[in-house]
Amino acid sequence: MHILIEAEIVYSPHSQANGQPERVNELVDELFALPQTFTVTSLNEYIADVFDMDETLADVWVEGEVSNFRKYESGHCYFTLKDEDAQIKGVIWRSASARVGELPDDGDKVRVHGRVSTYPQRGEYQIIVDRVRPLGVGDLYQRFEELKQKLSDEGLFDVERKRELPAYPRAIGIVTSADAAAFQDVQNVLRRRYPIVEIVLAPCLVQGDLAPPMIVDSIERLNGYALAGKTLDVILVCRGGGSIEDLWAFNDERVARAIYASRLPVISGVGHETDFTIADFAADVRAPTPSAAAELLTPDIADLLADVKQLKDALALTMTRQISATRERLDGQTRTLSRLSPQSQLDRLRLRLDEWNERLVIQQKGRIAILRERMAGRITALNAANPTAILDRGYALVLHSDTGERVTRAAGTKPGEAITLRLADGEIAARVEDKDTHARYPRTLF
Amino acid sequence: MLDTQELSFEQAYAELDNIVRQLDDGLLPLDQSVTLFERGRQLAAYCQSLLDSAELRVQQLSE
Repeated sequence: MHILIEAEIVYSPHSQANGQPERVNELVDELFALPQTFTVTSLNEYIADVFDMDETLADVWVEGEVSNFRKYESGHCYFTLKDEDAQIKGVIWRSASARVGELPDDGDKVRVHGRVSTYPQRGEYQIIVDRVRPLGVGDLYQRFEELKQKLSDEGLFDVERKRELPAYPRAIGIVTSADAAAFQDVQNVLRRRYPIVEIVLAPCLVQGDLAPPMIVDSIERLNGYALAGKTLDVILVCRGGGSIEDLWAFNDERVARAIYASRLPVISGVGHETDFTIADFAADVRAPTPSAAAELLTPDIADLLADVKQLKDALALTMTRQISATRERLDGQTRTLSRLSPQSQLDRLRLRLDEWNERLVIQQKGRIAILRERMAGRITALNAANPTAILDRGYALVLHSDTGERVTRAAGTKPGEAITLRLADGEIAARVEDKDTHARYPRTLF
Repeated sequence: MLDTQELSFEQAYAELDNIVRQLDDGLLPLDQSVTLFERGRQLAAYCQSLLDSAELRVQQLSE
């Protein structure tokens, strides 16, 4: 660094000006108050200060091409960043290397962010890099965010408009490249899980500038196919993994609008799990990968077979149950029927009859017993009242001979009438001679 | 009732499900139950054969 000083020699009263150059030098020195002479160290330190205090140099983005990129054992990375006319040294400290982004290769065009500072011991300056971006990607991210915001504001991503995917699709329209691994993966998944589905492929490019219009065309043609009455239940838009540039076609506004406008529901499976494209937001369902999309779309045939088997078993079971229940009811009815049948009625009546008979017999026996008793009583009484007993005591029974009737009163007889006297041992025939009805005999009162 | 062969898997499966439910309720007279049961068995066999014999069909949309 050269410091050029131009000055006019000033005529000073303090000197006999002509012929005294050392004094002029001293004056000049005093005027500019600079240290007389730097050491290399102090000069470099001064320069370091100048750099460190500069605001611009503390926070710069620089574009350039990387060369001589080397990572040392220490973990620090050293490289050169250059364009056609100039170059600058760069360093990435180990502490920053985890967060700096992808480490570049020689020849990569990059944008780096960092701080310019010096390496005083060597009189060099360098840029200490804390962020590395492939050239142009910063742009891409920004465009992505802007488009995403714009379409979101328009309502293209609204949850309310998202349609449900069919549970048992009969045919799936696929928008992807026919040669891509993604298409093979999808076919494999579908073949394994749900081979009864039909695939309708609408092939297209999935990368590059020509891709977006082809993707749009495929989506529209599949919609047309369905509209024409052909069987098609859902559209799967997919491509395999890649960098943001590779997937850029799916961040295209035209593709997002075509997905939104699709009458058939759309499922997207673009890139890897962490990749989100605008197409993903516009789709009715986003899957992390093409294979995952195929899985989301379909039930597993193994599950279906199990379900069908279960239903078959349930069918058999309910049928058996119903038959058992009916049979039980039938048995019940049969029992009731037989209970009410004429035969059983007869049997019942017969039983009752026997019962009655029994009771009757018992009753009768009882009655008879009672009657016998009464009879016995009567007989005794009768015996007691037996008139022939009287005869045994010596009395005579007087009877009218002609009628056999008893004569109980003397007045009942006529003189000359034949009467019979009955005594204990026989009879006497007699005739009434005379009667006297006034005679009275004492009677014993009881 | 459609001939089982004309039904899609989803339709056949749904009908089978419905039949099982009806029979489960147990409110049908016996002869109707038997008819439905027969239909159910047909549907179950159809679903199973569909799944067992299916091969993925791929066709490409013509330009």
